[in-house]
Amino acid sequence: MKFAAKAALVVAILGLAACSNPDKYGSGAVGPGGTLGPGGAGMNGGMGGVNDPNSPAYFSQTIGDMVHFQVDQSTLTDTARGILTQQASWLVSHPSYTAIIEGHADEQGTREYNLALGARRANAAQEFLISQGVAANRLRTVSYGKERPLAVCSSEECYAKNRRAVTVISQSAVGS
Amino acid sequence: MKRFVLAMMMALLAGPMAAFAQSQEPLHITITDGVIEPLPFAMAGFLPESPDAAQMAQQISKVISDDLTGTGLFREIPKSAYVQKIDTFDTPVNYSDWQAINAQALVVGSVGMSGGKLVVKFRLFDVFSGQQMGDGQQLAASPASWRRLAHKVSDVIYSRITGEGPYFDSRVVFVSESGPKNDRQKRLAVMDYDGANVSYLTDASTIVLAPRFSRDGNKVLYTTFETGFPRIKMLDVATASARLLPDVPGTMTFAPRFSPDGSKIVYSLEQNGNTDLWLMDVASGETQRLTTSPSIETSPSFSPDGKQIVFESDRSGTQQLYIMSASGGDATRISFGDGRYSTPVWSPRGDMIAFTKQNAGRFHIGVMRTDGSEERLLTSSFLDEGPTWSPNGRVIMFTRESPGAQGEAALYSVDISGRNLKKVPTPGPASDPAWSPLLP
Repeated sequence: MKFAAKAALVVAILGLAACSNPDKYGSGAVGPGGTLGPGGAGMNGGMGGVNDPNSPAYFSQTIGDMVHFQVDQSTLTDTARGILTQQASWLVSHPSYTAIIEGHADEQGTREYNLALGARRANAAQEFLISQGVAANRLRTVSYGKERPLAVCSSEECYAKNRRAVTVISQSAVGS
Repeated sequence: MKRFVLAMMMALLAGPMAAFAQSQEPLHITITDGVIEPLPFAMAGFLPESPDAAQMAQQISKVISDDLTGTGLFREIPKSAYVQKIDTFDTPVNYSDWQAINAQALVVGSVGMSGGKLVVKFRLFDVFSGQQMGDGQQLAASPASWRRLAHKVSDVIYSRITGEGPYFDSRVVFVSESGPKNDRQKRLAVMDYDGANVSYLTDASTIVLAPRFSRDGNKVLYTTFETGFPRIKMLDVATASARLLPDVPGTMTFAPRFSPDGSKIVYSLEQNGNTDLWLMDVASGETQRLTTSPSIETSPSFSPDGKQIVFESDRSGTQQLYIMSASGGDATRISFGDGRYSTPVWSPRGDMIAFTKQNAGRFHIGVMRTDGSEERLLTSSFLDEGPTWSPNGRVIMFTRESPGAQGEAALYSVDISGRNLKKVPTPGPASDPAWSPLLP
């Protein structure tokens, strides 16, 4: 859960944006970095509390919407599997939600390779969720490569945070 | 003179020996610690033929001077040193006066207005052999195109002296960046090779990446997130209108590049986490899969004859460079040094491949022969990536990004000799340059 605090800000806003924007895949959906800002914390209230197991906030913060990867790897760690298992369980019991899994890479790679690497990571998370019973047609993946880092320093401390797959849930239809 | 300067150009590649072997020739080129002494030239003005051409004449002279000196191969002798005063286009050249100030080459030109057209005339002289190099030339264009006219003059001078193909009259499409590192705003922009005449082709409403010109320079392919997912768009440069290329739902497409004849596009398609190379026929939209490996295949680039494709793949475990037929099939690995190789781009001359290399925590731009031999790294920094070739295959432009929270991307250029590394002026941070062919 150590990433939950950081994840909260990001996903809180994204989740909200998704609810208020039915055209989630339109040009407005630029990804988590695009809407990350200091004002985010105050918007949590609109999503239900982190202690309400039925709330998106519970999914994104209490469970954790984000898993992390080793350098240039897309293999799920034990920690990642633990988080994804809980994500899957939540998604199975909340069938009105769909999810886009975003894959990201750190800046230590070329742009196009990192897009492909991010896609591998998103896919690894997606496959695991499917293996845990989430219907494939509720999930989609996208890669942002190194375009939307969460942490902006140029050291391993930040890189470790940026090598991630984020499960962004919404109540709009996937793939429409 | 031409022979000697050619030797100098070869020396840029081969090292000091070739140049010293020619040291009895009239031109004196000193190579110290691998640094070429630029060839001194004089530009006896681009003389205005009428008062209304005076300002234009000055501007044109400046652009030509900047083009030539910007190569690092030429040094302009200050006008204050000139002995002979040339005040008309037809003033006979007194070679000894120019020899006295050690000008190797002399440019005499004029700028006039005729029937609403800007007319530029010029002659190039080899001072020490005492003769004109090639015929004098006259170029005309609308006054609005004065920069192109100047670049064309520079191209003729450069080509006559170096024996290399021209490249100044060209453009660069790139990504103009703004905003913080975790929320970068990106717009496609196009400019002259020297950073002048910037115009924007898209707004900042979505992420755009890695534009590439068609060989005729009329179209640009790029990757856009406007649908929420990476998709390839083809843009008409003249009208800035663009259309999304057909795709398969649930996939990502990116890393597009035109075939030399513009009829096909090679690109990466990601499906279920696996990225392979595909070919699309531009007219019909029909696609053909070129690779079927579970590894990442991306950043493809055609050979100039269109018969082969160089690309990167991590099928060996790390990113390496491979060449295969343009119709797919077996690929031959060409990179074998330490580290990871990526973003290969075939030289327009066909003889070399430029690439990005990552090794021991540094990024480099390098070049190698198409068989992987003679690898040379031209740059080294925290993050260099994405080389693109000048139309004559002598200069490489690329993205250099500085580290840290305040890190920014900028465009740089470097000779394939590794010399003359310099920042390309852009209105703000910039990335992903792609050089156009020489303009018509």
